[in-house]
Amino acid sequence: MKVQNNKAWFMVMPVLILVAISAIIPLMTVVNYSVQDSFGNNEFFWVGTEWFQEVLASERFHNALLRTLLFSGIILAIEIPLGIVIALAMPKRGWGVSVCLVLMALPLLIPWNVVGTIWQVFGRVDIGLLGHGLASLGIDYNYTQNNLDAWMTLILMDVWHWTSLVVLLCYSGLVAIPEVYYQAARIDGASRWAVFRFIQLPKIKRVLLIAVLLRFMDSFMIYTEPFVVTGGGPGNITTFLSIDLVQMAVGQFDLGPAAAMSLIYFLIILLLCWIFYTVMTSYDNDEQSSSNKGVQ
Amino acid sequence: MLELQNISRHQGKEIYLSDITLSLHRGELNILLGPTLSGKTSLMRIMAGLDKPNSGELLFDGVSVLGKPVQKRNVAMVYQQFINYPSLSVFENIASPLRVAGVQQKQIQKQVEEVADLLQLRELMQRTPDTLSGGQQQRVALARALIKKADLVLLDEPLANLDYKLREELRAELPGLFAAMGAVLVYATTEPSEALVLGGNTACLHQGRVEQFGSTLELYRKPVNIQAAKTFSDPPLNTVALVCVAGSLKYLDNQSHSALPFSGLPEGTYTLAVRPHHLSLGRTADDDIQVTGPVTVTEITGSETFVHFTMNENPWVALVHGIQDFAVTNSVSFYISPLNVLLFDGDNRLVDKS
Repeated sequence: MKVQNNKAWFMVMPVLILVAISAIIPLMTVVNYSVQDSFGNNEFFWVGTEWFQEVLASERFHNALLRTLLFSGIILAIEIPLGIVIALAMPKRGWGVSVCLVLMALPLLIPWNVVGTIWQVFGRVDIGLLGHGLASLGIDYNYTQNNLDAWMTLILMDVWHWTSLVVLLCYSGLVAIPEVYYQAARIDGASRWAVFRFIQLPKIKRVLLIAVLLRFMDSFMIYTEPFVVTGGGPGNITTFLSIDLVQMAVGQFDLGPAAAMSLIYFLIILLLCWIFYTVMTSYDNDEQSSSNKGVQ
Repeated sequence: MLELQNISRHQGKEIYLSDITLSLHRGELNILLGPTLSGKTSLMRIMAGLDKPNSGELLFDGVSVLGKPVQKRNVAMVYQQFINYPSLSVFENIASPLRVAGVQQKQIQKQVEEVADLLQLRELMQRTPDTLSGGQQQRVALARALIKKADLVLLDEPLANLDYKLREELRAELPGLFAAMGAVLVYATTEPSEALVLGGNTACLHQGRVEQFGSTLELYRKPVNIQAAKTFSDPPLNTVALVCVAGSLKYLDNQSHSALPFSGLPEGTYTLAVRPHHLSLGRTADDDIQVTGPVTVTEITGSETFVHFTMNENPWVALVHGIQDFAVTNSVSFYISPLNVLLFDGDNRLVDKS
């Protein structure tokens, strides 16, 4: 007779239940909605992939996707170089280190909706410091009416909120470089640029990849801050995928298309994650395979 | 020729180097021997021009170089850590000093290949440093120092992070590689045995001072003082305090000492020192000095045995051949040839044998 100890299953049970409640069951509900139509009365009709086709073909979805991609692109193009520059400029020892680190960490500690509210007030033409200041300088600035102003406000807000993350990651990579590397570079007569290009950049490459990944995923899913500041407007010029999705699901109560759209959104994020992951690991694999070649 | 004249360096109350005077010649191997924190790296940093001394003068071929920035001094340095440009291939790493100097591509190709052949890096040219083993990485760093044709080459414990076998291999190759260059070669190490294998000249460093400078063998045979002798002894030097009363040396417990080859000593306190491998288990000559004490530990390494014992309340160690498994607390006698004892006076200076 075979005696089996099933205690292990009891041990992992809480985790399984938690994951089921928090992830699997909600996801399956969404899948369920995405393939059915409802006219109320709790009556549902099978529609197959109709909603998916509709969402994928709709111009509204394309525009929201493009806006989101553009936003993420701009965010990365500003925050990554800026983060590196600030990290390079930060002191490496002395009392300045802790001051800088605390200052850098401050924006990261503020909740998303508070950040949104701060900037919403900050940018107002009547009472906001930024808006009023610009207006008194004679600059016609109004983020609730002007498209460009709305975008600039959102980008500025995100840069203010999240550049610190890139700075902290890069800084951690930079302080891990042993002092002798700089010494050797000085003896070689290497320029400041050469030190950055050939020592610092290669040494922080891995943390930089993580920074890019985090900032991309985060900005691609941004919701709270633009919702609080612009609410997707003026018009729908700042209606990103997440805002569009909520409008469709909660505003119009179009559960079917909204469910289909969230699944597509989810798949896009999954795809991008996979691409990043492959890029990162293939970089590591290259190194490994080349070193194996050497051994053989 | 590199001349250091009364070089001192301190920071606040901490003294790193005090009053160092040395003359190092081209084409010779100069070893800085001393335990960690004895000032080897501080001294090398000053030689390279990375730090400035608080006082003293540094002359290269008779010209003061203190005002010259490190980039203009034509110095090469190799560290304990393997320092290479992480994103550049082995070829580009070796070529980097030439690129900075603006050498033509054809020349670069030729010189890099020459150096790579010397250090057996030919197969690895296209790989990046992090795909190489530690030994290979250090070879690349050495190649970069070699190709620069520097006037001053500083090797700061270059073999310390390598495994035993690679260390032996590179240690045998190193002096030959750099000797041909005609540079002033400085090599820092903590290991007396490494200094002995390398030969050349040695400067014994202790707490920021050069205790003695001269040919490595001379230093080993005739240390000027007890610090130099201790620095140059691994396993540690055995010592016992003696007093000289009425012309004869005695242990502190007044037990008289058998004949030592010293005569006409003034009264005072003395220290007798014996290197561990000069103790033997059997009497080899009639005038051998006998020391006896209880065994505390025996460490067997295979072909040799370290026997730790207590000699007049001093911890002593003897390095003897073969496997000697003594029981702890057993009393054992060792014999020392009078030729091999070192005697230091009350100021720790070596007393000449007579």
